[in-house]
Amino acid sequence: MNWLITHSPALLILLPLLAAFLMPIIDKINKKARNIFAILIFIIVEILVIILAFDIIKNGMHVYAIGEKNPLQTIPSQAAVPIRIVLQIDAMGIFMGLISATVCLAASLYSLAYIEEGKGKGKFYTLLLLILVGMLGMEFTGDIFNLFVFYEILSIASAALIAYSRKGEASEGAFKFLVISSISALFILFSVALFYGQYDLLNIAALAKNMKYTHLDKIALALLVSAFAMKCGSVPMHFWCPDAYSVAPSSITATLVAGSQASLYALFRVCFTLYGVKLDLQLIGGALIIFGLLSMFVGVTMAIPQKDIKRLMAYHAISQTGYMLLGVGAGLYLLGKPEFDSYGIRAMEGGIFHIINHAMYKGLLFLTAGAIFYRLKTRNLNEMGGLAHKMKYTSIFFIIGALAIAGVPPFNGFASKLIIYESVYKISPILSIIAMLVSILTLASFVKVFHSAFMGPKIHDVEEVPKSMLIGMCVLTFVIIFFGLFPGFIVNNLVHPAAMALAEQAKYLQAIGG
Amino acid sequence: MIYNIPFFTVIALIAIGMYAVIFKRNLIKIAIGISIIESGVNLFLITLGYREGGIAPIFTNLPPDITPADIPEKMVMPVPQALTLTSIVIGVAVLALILAFIMRIYKEYGTLDAREVRRLRE
Repeated sequence: MNWLITHSPALLILLPLLAAFLMPIIDKINKKARNIFAILIFIIVEILVIILAFDIIKNGMHVYAIGEKNPLQTIPSQAAVPIRIVLQIDAMGIFMGLISATVCLAASLYSLAYIEEGKGKGKFYTLLLLILVGMLGMEFTGDIFNLFVFYEILSIASAALIAYSRKGEASEGAFKFLVISSISALFILFSVALFYGQYDLLNIAALAKNMKYTHLDKIALALLVSAFAMKCGSVPMHFWCPDAYSVAPSSITATLVAGSQASLYALFRVCFTLYGVKLDLQLIGGALIIFGLLSMFVGVTMAIPQKDIKRLMAYHAISQTGYMLLGVGAGLYLLGKPEFDSYGIRAMEGGIFHIINHAMYKGLLFLTAGAIFYRLKTRNLNEMGGLAHKMKYTSIFFIIGALAIAGVPPFNGFASKLIIYESVYKISPILSIIAMLVSILTLASFVKVFHSAFMGPKIHDVEEVPKSMLIGMCVLTFVIIFFGLFPGFIVNNLVHPAAMALAEQAKYLQAIGG
Repeated sequence: MIYNIPFFTVIALIAIGMYAVIFKRNLIKIAIGISIIESGVNLFLITLGYREGGIAPIFTNLPPDITPADIPEKMVMPVPQALTLTSIVIGVAVLALILAFIMRIYKEYGTLDAREVRRLRE
């Protein structure tokens, strides 16, 4: 058991990566074995992440130097700085890892029936595993160049899956996605070069320790923030989001949401850990708050007139990203001041709690949209109607997801939004007024979707979707209800350590020693 | 001044690439723009690792007149080269995927003009 916990950071990246390359071979041998193998890998990864999470919450941060005989020794005896590739997982990293693993597990179960046989299903699972590798790698790595590499793995695998249906629209969405991703990846690479030129270091903790905040560092900060903000779909650079989200297969859209949150995590990691208190906190925190407010408002107002159900949900994804930016930006704004301890940390908890909640309910909503598409073959809301007569379970899942995203108690969206309202009110009441207004508009647009898709007379003679799709949705629904019923338990045990891990830069720097 | 020429080249390459990506309508030209930006970033990385009169960073194959003591001044830095290699490999994969998408778009839409390839925006 000890051996497993020590090596699990490397195993978590290694297992899905190896499985991805085995997948085409197993696909050639037997179709059924391939499905079982894929699901098994996702379940094993989920279990490993949970074991690691328990250990990290109990015993603190994990470091793992790849290739070292003793993987806990991050600085080799002949050197003074960490020159090996180091995986460093704190409470925030494992928190994001839990999100990625859970969403990928639900997506893989859902895809069993949703993706038809004979359309390259083996390749589908290969790419889904690579997405998981990319997300986990971005969240676990302690090395800024590897952040770039895993970011590219995530982008390439996601782009290939967005174009999965091989229609013209799918290629168009994937093209936009890939152009945005590769440009933002080149921004990251350029700032890695700026860091390496100044400090001869690539390790995040060692860089943060030596950070002098020169002009070049400021340029690198601007490049990194714009790259990650572009990729997480915050407003001035959000235009790729609805295009890519609406054309991808629904299970992939759910994982894309988790993927954009991995870049959100990278944004927070750069702001809090790499630059930390040396940063001009008011400026960057204020910028994040403004990005957040704009995203919230523009996302929700663009969502209301949409006719395409997945496009509508994609605009809501932008608006929900705004809540996370608002919460964590407020924390960054107050970091280092006495007010931080009283309500800054609460704001960060709200923002971080919203990340996991959003991944769960937005994933669920995209999966229900996929269930509708699976039966009706259309995404246009005007062609739907009366689905609740036959697709009972799907409509129940949709109601739960819609109530959760609108922030209605007792579902999980309410818990995190309440924390955000309360804590940002102390900074400025206008912030929480806008946040509440956006929630009301969200509820309004989901009432519209529910009414036009599920209510009314029975006009389509459809059946309920296959069982494996229901199981996939059920996994996420279970998490939503559980989080909604016991928010205090989750905040104390999972979210508070994650927020503290971001805020306490010194602990992250100590963990590599030296 | 003369030593700064590679850095000016980097700036020029990135600016030309950004111009192509933002203002050009032809999808192939956008792909070329991304490729040019990438060359600029790679050149920047390589320039950082360069030492004047440097030798290849292979410890087992040192020229006879070099002693281990002056390795830090004489050897070029190996890490930027490793980073550049990785970035080139990734760049090839991205470019191949972009060109594949452009091919599919051309088959479906019959055009490469970005103004006409916008069926998604209703």
